Amino acid sequence: MNGYNFAYLDEQTKRMIRRAILKAVAIPGHQVPFASREMPLPYGWGTGGIQVTASILGREDVLKVIDQGADDTTNAVSIRRFFAATAGVQTTTRTADASVIQTRHRIPEAPLTEQQILVYQVPQPEPLYRLEPSRAETTRMHALAEYGAMHVKLYEDIARLGQVAISYDYPVMVNGRYLTSPSPIPAFDNPKLHRMPALQLFGAGREKRIYAIPPYTDVRSLDFEDHPFRPHRADAACALCGSRQSYLDEVVTDNRGGRMFVCSDTDHCASRRAAGCEGVAA
Amino acid sequence: MPDMMLRTEGLTKGFTLHLQGGLRLAVLAGIDLAVRAGECVALTGPSGAGKTTLLRSLYGTCRADGGRILIRHRGTLLDLAAADPRAIVAVRTETLGYVSQFLRVVPRVAAREIVAEAAIARGQAPAAARAAAEALLLRLAIPARLHDLPPATFSGGEQQRVNLARGFVAGHPILLLDEPTAALDAANRATVLTLISEAKARGAAIVTILHDAAALAAAADRAFPMTALQDAA
Amino acid sequence: MSDPTLLSARGLRLSFGAIPALAGVDLDLWPGEVLAVVGESGSGKTTLLNVLSGRVRPDAGVVWYRDPDGALHDVHAMEAPLLRRLHRSDWGFVHQDPRQSLRMGVSAGGNVGERLMAAGARHYGRIRASALDWLAEVEIDPARIDDLPRIFSGGMLQRLQVARTLATHPRLVFMDEPTGGLDVSVQARLLDLIRRLVARHGLAVVLVTHDLAVARLLAQRIVVMRRGLAVETGLTDQVLEDPQHPYTQLLVSSVLQA
Repeated sequence: MNGYNFAYLDEQTKRMIRRAILKAVAIPGHQVPFASREMPLPYGWGTGGIQVTASILGREDVLKVIDQGADDTTNAVSIRRFFAATAGVQTTTRTADASVIQTRHRIPEAPLTEQQILVYQVPQPEPLYRLEPSRAETTRMHALAEYGAMHVKLYEDIARLGQVAISYDYPVMVNGRYLTSPSPIPAFDNPKLHRMPALQLFGAGREKRIYAIPPYTDVRSLDFEDHPFRPHRADAACALCGSRQSYLDEVVTDNRGGRMFVCSDTDHCASRRAAGCEGVAA
Repeated sequence: MPDMMLRTEGLTKGFTLHLQGGLRLAVLAGIDLAVRAGECVALTGPSGAGKTTLLRSLYGTCRADGGRILIRHRGTLLDLAAADPRAIVAVRTETLGYVSQFLRVVPRVAAREIVAEAAIARGQAPAAARAAAEALLLRLAIPARLHDLPPATFSGGEQQRVNLARGFVAGHPILLLDEPTAALDAANRATVLTLISEAKARGAAIVTILHDAAALAAAADRAFPMTALQDAA
Repeated sequence: MSDPTLLSARGLRLSFGAIPALAGVDLDLWPGEVLAVVGESGSGKTTLLNVLSGRVRPDAGVVWYRDPDGALHDVHAMEAPLLRRLHRSDWGFVHQDPRQSLRMGVSAGGNVGERLMAAGARHYGRIRASALDWLAEVEIDPARIDDLPRIFSGGMLQRLQVARTLATHPRLVFMDEPTGGLDVSVQARLLDLIRRLVARHGLAVVLVTHDLAVARLLAQRIVVMRRGLAVETGLTDQVLEDPQHPYTQLLVSSVLQA
């Protein structure tokens, strides 16, 4: 790690980001602008999450990085190596052993604790951006808590399709005040946001926004009284560990239409198999 | 006098025609007219004598330049010439009925509704008002098959009879009728004269313009002759 | 009259550079009353509507609004959230171009429902039932509830805007040339519809129009605007049949028999 400051970013930048994080924690769900830095990887590869992680990382921390639940995909491996090289911190793939978990598009299956921080990589922090193109107007809508337009989107889905057709990045109300994007996690994960013991930090590098959900904050997925929010999961068991509770990825296995469902959370699946659980393909 | 329904005192009205270099036409000067309950007064005189202007002033359409127009409204005499617009609207809804010479057609509103509206505005239940409207339209020889149609496509005579039904249906204590028998055939003219005498019988005060001498003799208790003023430049 | 006004303006002034759009206008509106503001283009009538509705701040003068509980509010001193809430609940605004207020990519039902949802409705079934009622009320076939407005005709769009505006049962509606740009036959239908809805729901309306026939059909009272001044005001038949001011006489004599 010669030639770099600890965790790559200089201390002034970390301080600036920490101030943004403190403000974000103080106003749960509110997007706080910050001076996002150029990082040694392109936008869309987790520059926001990396800057947040770099700013909160200490020498004693144990870091886990997942991409869609997996520790062994390119994005997860690169970021893990990046911090191993620039901060020299210990890394792990085991959820329970990590003190900081940076994630792209999933929340681990294992419940998190007060001792852990979950850092999300966020491509688009503004939940209203598809409905209202003007940033100035969405800022005003947040300030006045005018979220009727978001319910119109849900209404349209039910009217056309009989149900809300948002399967990921399903908008939530944080602490009964701010409409917030949970990042593109599957709607299946939304219930885990609610009153989570771990601190949740969200970093959007390209959009230069940071927001937070402090421990034990109320998080409600938007819905109607007569069409309550229902998390969706493929109706199958993991082919490797047999789980019927975890979130599943569909994997195509050959060119003849063969496919199988496996846990998207690789650590969860591995620990179940280590404990003797088996699926049909095991 | 408790049965005095309508009285003007020194009513004066003129028109300033700004588009003709401010030409000033004096039409009414010092008109004193009094009408009691159950009385029908006919305004008579040549064209240009100001009969229609007087009738329109009594309704508040023409704004008086001087004098008072006292109307018995909710038990007291109210000066229409000094009343604000909302008071005039209330007087028209409850007290003053007006039949103009031509029906102002409202698109897409059925004849029955046009007539019933006046009674509903005066507080009648909608169903009763519609029934009364239908009965009156039939008396004025508007057949039932036309009641559902908007009068825009009716003949001039039919429109005028719808207009009369609208004027008589609500039972206003004061009625202002501008040539109610013009353009009517003998049978309908007789019906209108009956309607006038029925209104008188229930105590209505009526001011009307009648050119037809026979009708005047039959309906009016007395005439109020008017003459054209010299144009004051 | 002693009964309280719904909206009162005193001494409204507003200049755009050297041009006075409002040069001292007073106005009162009572509950359930339709007031037409007439005048030619540039007379200040649309500016007056924008100032009355709190959308544009005057240089001087005050606009008072009485809420359903009887409390008076200075419209231009209200906090922005309150004013916006007012515009979504007790007030409505019908624009000449319905595309200004409708969401063209959202179904007819969603457009009507948005006002209800913005006011806090969270029951899909009831929102939809209300949207169906309102579509029927403005004579749009309820079977078209899930159609996008972009395939609607101009008259249907305007009726949809009216339905959306009235969905929260406002007491006061501002209308800016609601029949402008429509074919004559379509205009007649819309006018008749507005006339009936106003009567049935007891709406108070400030109606801006350059069309005296529209004013005659809908309004009890008329204000004639010219060069930022209300040059004449009175009952509709008074202003149209016994116009006093030279400009009103010109205006009345300039139209074909209405």
